[in-house]
Amino acid sequence: MDAPGLYNYWIVIVLMMTGFYVVISRGNLVKKIVGLNIFQTSVFILYITMGKVSGGTAPILAEGFETYSNPLPHVLILTAIVVGVATTALGCALVVRIKEAYGTVEEDEIQRQDDAT
Amino acid sequence: MQRHIVLRVTTKLLMPFILLFALYVQFHGDFGPGGGFQAGVIFGAGFILYALVYGIESAQRVAPAGALRVLISAGLLLYIGTGFATLALGGNFLDYGMLAHEPARGQHLGIFLVELGVGVTVAATMVTVFFNFASRGQD
Amino acid sequence: MLLSFLAVLAIGILRLRNLFAVVMLSGIYSLLSAGLFVVLDAVDVAFTEAAVGGGIATVLMLGTLALTTDREKAPKPGRLQILPLLCVVATGALLIYGTLDMPVYGDPAAQIHQHVAPRYLADAERETSVPNVVTAILASYRGFDTMGELAVIFTAGIGVILLLGRPRKRRGGPSGGQDE
Repeated sequence: MDAPGLYNYWIVIVLMMTGFYVVISRGNLVKKIVGLNIFQTSVFILYITMGKVSGGTAPILAEGFETYSNPLPHVLILTAIVVGVATTALGCALVVRIKEAYGTVEEDEIQRQDDAT
Repeated sequence: MQRHIVLRVTTKLLMPFILLFALYVQFHGDFGPGGGFQAGVIFGAGFILYALVYGIESAQRVAPAGALRVLISAGLLLYIGTGFATLALGGNFLDYGMLAHEPARGQHLGIFLVELGVGVTVAATMVTVFFNFASRGQD
Repeated sequence: MLLSFLAVLAIGILRLRNLFAVVMLSGIYSLLSAGLFVVLDAVDVAFTEAAVGGGIATVLMLGTLALTTDREKAPKPGRLQILPLLCVVATGALLIYGTLDMPVYGDPAAQIHQHVAPRYLADAERETSVPNVVTAILASYRGFDTMGELAVIFTAGIGVILLLGRPRKRRGGPSGGQDE
């Protein structure tokens, strides 16, 4: 992981944009949820990359280590991961109910059924 | 899953180790990586594995839905109860220093209680969500 | 290296139409990013991401697939989607422009390491007697945030119970008699 300068951030931004593209361009609801997960995980990678200190170690205080990586992004991302899975669980439950109500999980077919009634 | 002898035997053998590891991660979170969330998820994953291999009915005999609902609330109440206990003892909300005779011990006790609440709620929520998903298609 | 694997996985998830494969690839994505977190010294985060992303999220999505459908519908041929692509490229360009004045990766003199973090690292052992600084911050210094997070998990559990707890009523909706 010792690539020059800002290269890490740019790759992570590419990953984020791929996830974002899956969310807005695909019509299948389950695939949208998967794309949202990819987006979230890439944002986490971005934050943790910002928190790393070269030459540091994990932020658990122990004898013999001087530099530690910044623990504050780790705390924020821990919260974010768990909130992300809560969102995914609720999203999947909603998709199941939508499938039972409309018979399909494709966005355009749901739109057509809604417009027809 | 009647025919998959290897899966059934391996799951039965692994279950106590998974649950024990979850408890280890919960209480060792002060000294190494770990803590409430990780422990709760591993504990829930153990129950989910059992439900996958042995069926939802067997798993629900061990962890009935009503008891899980009580546990979901109990963890959150433990967390907020610790906060109110510190209020009652004279400090700010969630000021763990009030819980013992010296602040560092109080902090340690407070962190222990709080992580326990987190672990309980997370485990119960994961198992409940899985049971609800898995029993939906079986009407 | 790991990042290039992640990029390949992301493109695979975009292109594949078999949803089972897509869910499996997203589980691998979570596991690889957990490995990446370990390389970046974030061991608690790696633990949580591996357990939650690779375990629970994959199981939930497989459960959803079992209750819904297995394949994505084929897109209409010849329709290249200009608007989402423009949106994504514009957002990406803005973000890359935003990173241009960020400090170099791993710089110990970056602004992010200057204010609260050294104080937490220096005082956590003395004030809380807990060597794991991440746990100390999560449970003690930033205890309110963790309380809110617990409330979010609680709400998600209640929400799923409300949505999927009652048995399905057999009713003839727009889909007719297609319930299995």
